[in-house]
Amino acid sequence: MNNFEPKIIGFLCNWCSYAGADLAGVSRLQYPANLRVVRVMCSGRVDPTFVFKALDVGADGVLIAGCHPGDCHYSDGNYNTMRRYPLMLQVLEQMGVDKRRVRLEWVSAAEGPQFAKIVNEFTEQIRRLGPFKKGELAERGAKVG
Amino acid sequence: MAKLKLAIYWAAACGGCDVAVLDVHEKILDIADAADILLWPVATDHKYADVEKMAPGSIDVCLFNGAVRNSENEHIAKMLREKSKVMVAFGSCAVSGGIPALANFKRREDILQRVYMDTPSTVNPEQVLPVTDCPVPEGVLHLPEFFGFVHSLNQVVEVDYYVPGCPPTAERIWEVVQAIATGNLPAAGATVGALDKSLCDECPREKSNKKIKRFYRSHEIIPDPQQCLLEQGLLCMGPVTRGGCGGQCISANMPCRGCYGPLPGVLDQGAKYISSIGAIIDARTPEEVKKILAGIADPAGTFYRFGMSTALLKGANR
Repeated sequence: MNNFEPKIIGFLCNWCSYAGADLAGVSRLQYPANLRVVRVMCSGRVDPTFVFKALDVGADGVLIAGCHPGDCHYSDGNYNTMRRYPLMLQVLEQMGVDKRRVRLEWVSAAEGPQFAKIVNEFTEQIRRLGPFKKGELAERGAKVG
Repeated sequence: MAKLKLAIYWAAACGGCDVAVLDVHEKILDIADAADILLWPVATDHKYADVEKMAPGSIDVCLFNGAVRNSENEHIAKMLREKSKVMVAFGSCAVSGGIPALANFKRREDILQRVYMDTPSTVNPEQVLPVTDCPVPEGVLHLPEFFGFVHSLNQVVEVDYYVPGCPPTAERIWEVVQAIATGNLPAAGATVGALDKSLCDECPREKSNKKIKRFYRSHEIIPDPQQCLLEQGLLCMGPVTRGGCGGQCISANMPCRGCYGPLPGVLDQGAKYISSIGAIIDARTPEEVKKILAGIADPAGTFYRFGMSTALLKGANR
């Protein structure tokens, strides 16, 4: 794939990860511009519909980032995310989607460098995976369903 | 008042929707009084050719059940659309793919391989597969083309009303027929014969705080008939499914399978269910979560049991 620029949607929680992204910005840390950020009040607000819809309308990867377990502004919103995430990955895989396209990370407001590192790594990973196409796993001959 | 001209058709379906129409029992006579049936393959002997000859709009209402799985289904759907003033997607298969659309998890070639080569009861040493044109001594046989993707009706033709259910309950069918007969119809595109609230809203079971420590498959547990099935660890689709079915499954002590489809405004029933399940698992570490989720045998197949044509991610075929 030459000149493939991944489109990545990031759902960042207002209290930790969005502030972490902000810190990465004001610290002048370099990370690729492939991430389109959507600020949500809590990672627990990220309905799996958002992820599926993002892929449906042309995203190549989706990043969900929230407060570390125990640090949730709403005490247990991110535990909901932690519980939904593995189930969502199972469903993605059965639907023929490479589950490496969706990532959950805990990023606190103080972790600007960590945030930049995650975005760098994730963008590279999606670049290697190439553009998202529905049913990609089946096309590669994997047993899905 | 002139008699209502009615057509009832089955595409990729099991026949249950047609039986459900017959299940209105003696009211079938009222339907026969109110309507002239112009096509109903399961019960009457009309021919496609008769319908082909009709002028557009000759049929007042077409109740179309079944998904669109092959070129014959598609051809008849288009023909009936042209001849019918009102097209109703009748039952879960026509609405969102239903059980036949579970095939969308697999590619066309994998399905053919399984059915014609691999199943234990198949003897096919010459590796014969169905083809659309097959020369035989009498001439050429034409078979419908087997599509790679199972479509809902609205992915092939324009649909005026949706009646969900596997099958729609007899009471609902009667309501729909009456509404049509009296011209008392909602705005086009509406879902008829279902509620705008979830099944949980009508469910008489006792609901308390939902905290699930393990999931059960329905053969592993005899659930308490009074208590919420989800709280007992059964994957009941009630929270994300429209009510209006009368809760037949839950009153038989079986979890809801989601056949009435998602609530208004919901894009993807399965995604909503992942969301609600995540909120009620009683675990606070990834390891605990993994252990509890291992009790779900086939997540996507369970959460999208009736909706694989309209699911956002579409499965293996797209």
